[in-house]
Amino acid sequence: MTAIVDYRAGNLTSVRLAFEALGEDAVVTSDPNVVAKSDRVVFPGVGAAASAMANLRELRLVDAVKSVAADKPFLGICLGMQILFEHSEEDGGVDTLGIIPGRVRRFADVPGFKIPQIGWNDVETVNGCNVCPSGEFFYFVHSYYAELCPFTSGVTEYAGVKFTAMVKRGRLLACQFHPEKSGKAGLALLKGWLESC
Amino acid sequence: MLTKRVIPCLDVRSGRVTKGVKFKNNIDLGDPVEMAVRYSDGGADELVFYDITASAERRPIDIGMVESVAKAIRIPFAVGGGISCVADMERVILAGAEKISVNSLAVRNPGIIAEGAKAFGRQCIVLGMDPVKSENPACPSGYEITTRGFREFTGMDAVEWAKRAADLGAGEIVVNSVDADGTRAGFELTITKMIADSVGVPVVASGGAGRPEHLVTVFRDADADAAIVAGMIHTGDYTIAQIKDVMHASGVPTRITF
Repeated sequence: MTAIVDYRAGNLTSVRLAFEALGEDAVVTSDPNVVAKSDRVVFPGVGAAASAMANLRELRLVDAVKSVAADKPFLGICLGMQILFEHSEEDGGVDTLGIIPGRVRRFADVPGFKIPQIGWNDVETVNGCNVCPSGEFFYFVHSYYAELCPFTSGVTEYAGVKFTAMVKRGRLLACQFHPEKSGKAGLALLKGWLESC
Repeated sequence: MLTKRVIPCLDVRSGRVTKGVKFKNNIDLGDPVEMAVRYSDGGADELVFYDITASAERRPIDIGMVESVAKAIRIPFAVGGGISCVADMERVILAGAEKISVNSLAVRNPGIIAEGAKAFGRQCIVLGMDPVKSENPACPSGYEITTRGFREFTGMDAVEWAKRAADLGAGEIVVNSVDADGTRAGFELTITKMIADSVGVPVVASGGAGRPEHLVTVFRDADADAAIVAGMIHTGDYTIAQIKDVMHASGVPTRITF
C-alpha cells in the first residue's frame, strides 16, 4: 500500500489522481501508524516550511517520516523535498528534517526572472541518476530552492543559480518539480518509481 | 531553461466550450474534458477554464466539470468564474485545479486576494484583469480596468492595480486586453509590457492571438511569461505544436517534447 502523507501542506488531489491514473491504490493519511506500516510513502507539500514543520510536529509525524525516509521507498515532492534538508531560509529561517545535508534558500531578485518560478524547466540528471532521461521538462512552482548537495541527482537552473531539482539517497527520491502535474514525463517518472519499489 | 508557456483558454457556457468575440456571438466548440485531453496531449503547458455564465446566473462554478478535468489530464489548470469567497476557492482546489482566477470579484473586494493567498499559497491565486485604453485622468498608464465582461469601467489604473494585486498576494497576473480580445490581430504589447516590467510575479498575456508569430512577439518584445491562445486553436487553424515550432525556431525557450 502507498501512503500519501497529509500534513496540511496543500492540496493532495492531484497527487492522488496521478497515482489513480497509474492504477495504484494510494491512501491519503495523517496517521503516523498508517505511514509506518505502508509499503511506500509519498511526501508531497506546497506552502511554507515553518508551518509545514509545525504541522508535522502537531500530528506527531516527524519520527514516522524520518523512519520511513531511512528505510522504505520514499518520494518527496516540492515542499516535501525542501524540508528533507537541514534548514530553510523561509519565514526568517527554520530548521527542517535534516535527512539530506544542505540548505534551502530564496531565489535572488535577478532582472528578468520572476519569483515564484512557474512553469516547465529542464532537469539535467547527474551522479548516474536514471529515473528520467536527462533534459526532460517538468513543471515547477517555487520561490525557494535547495542548494546542490552530494545526493543531488537532478540539476535545474533559474535566476542565475543551479539548484537541486531531484535528490536520491538509497530508496529515497525527492523532486522539486511536480511529477503529478508534468504530463507524460511526470507520469513516466512516477511509474518508474512505483516499479522500482 | 524555464520555457514560455502556451495556455489554451476554454470558455465554458452551460457545460460546453464556446467562443465569442467581445463576449458576443458565441459558438459551440465542444466538450470541456475532451478538449482538455486533446490540448494536454497536444503540448499545452497549462489550461485555463472560465465558467463564463456562472456569475451572471448567480450560481457557483461547475465543480463536476472541474473534477472531470482533473481526472482526465496531468497538467496544471486554472479555473475562473463563479468564485465569490474563500470557500468557493477551496471547493475548486479540492476538486483538483491548481489555480483560481479572480477578476471582478477582486476589484470589488481586493482583500480576497490576500485571503486566498494566505489559505492556499500565492501560487494558487491568479488575478485576471481586463484593461482597456482610456483617457480617464485617474489612469496615468493610459489603461483602465473594466469588469463584468468589459461592461463596467472602474476608474482604476491597470498598472497600479497589477502592482497592488501582486503586493496583496496574487501569484500571477493575466492581462486580457479588451481592445485586442477576439480580434486575432496580435496581443496588446504596450500594456502587457508595462505590467510585466512593473511586477515581480509572472505575467500572462491574453487576447488577440491569431498567428504563431503573435506569441513570439509578446514573449520577445513584451516580456510575457506565458500567453493564452483560444480562437486560433479552437477553430483548427493552428495546432499547439505548430505554434511551438514557430516559437522554438524564433529562439523563444519552448517545451517542444510532450
